[in-house]
Amino acid sequence: MEHEHRHSHAHDAHAPIEEHAHYRPESLLLEQALRELLIENNVFTAAELQRQIEDVESRNPGMGAKVVAHAWVDPQFKARLLADAKGAAAELGIDVANSPELKVVENTAEVHHMIVCTLCSCYPKMLLGIPPAWYKNPEYRSRAVIEPRAVLKEFGTELPADVEVRIVDSTADLRYMVLPARPSGTEGLSERELAELVHRDAMIGVSVVRTR
Amino acid sequence: MSALFRAGARVRVRSETIPGHCRTPSYLRGKSGVVIEVHGEFRNPEKLAYHKPGLPRQPLYMVRFAFADVWPGRRSGGGRDSIVADIYQHWLQAER
Repeated sequence: MEHEHRHSHAHDAHAPIEEHAHYRPESLLLEQALRELLIENNVFTAAELQRQIEDVESRNPGMGAKVVAHAWVDPQFKARLLADAKGAAAELGIDVANSPELKVVENTAEVHHMIVCTLCSCYPKMLLGIPPAWYKNPEYRSRAVIEPRAVLKEFGTELPADVEVRIVDSTADLRYMVLPARPSGTEGLSERELAELVHRDAMIGVSVVRTR
Repeated sequence: MSALFRAGARVRVRSETIPGHCRTPSYLRGKSGVVIEVHGEFRNPEKLAYHKPGLPRQPLYMVRFAFADVWPGRRSGGGRDSIVADIYQHWLQAER
């Protein structure tokens, strides 16, 4: 289930005009003014901007899931992923050439990582696409470091007290993604079937991967 | 700029306030932790934000802080919980 609990706006397919209710007109005007100025001043062209938007929108958590499933079935790939995440993603044909630095952290029986960006909303877009609304929300960004276990519980994730919950605050040049623990009972599954179990929230670390 | 700290080094985040763009969160300033990884060198974002080259590059460290050291008086789990953040060298000092 998608976890959009702070997103109070109800999505009703019959009321598409409501989709624009979030955006204040002044922020739209500001975006337009800034975009036109950047294009007029040759910082980038309209075509480059369009390509960038298309690139971001073409990425989705399925790419991260593919990387995770491959790491689960190939220990040598997993070692390369943890040492050089961009190099490992590129091995699977994922274009990360122009992406920021990326680090993948592994969740185990001892340590559970959970990713946040308290300063803004840094996110491993190259492997997960556009972040969910709650990830950018000031409430998640502050509560994740102050009361992480309460936040995890709201995502249905309760961990034993002796597991180290390690909140990773992406403060600088690196983006972080979680390699979730492979659930037991999945020994007979193919790599493709494993990838289908891996969902976005587990790669942010607010959830874990479970068998269906 | 060469890296002053290695994995395992105890460090303290400088307790300073600077004007303008900064990637060291205020809730970690003055807190002590342990370097768990050296990420390499990166241009200083405090300069890059103002169209300066950001040189010399600053070593960037992954620092682990015990939850109880960041938030005295708060509990989380069985006491092992932690917060990890990436901190540039010029924000760190050696902790004895």
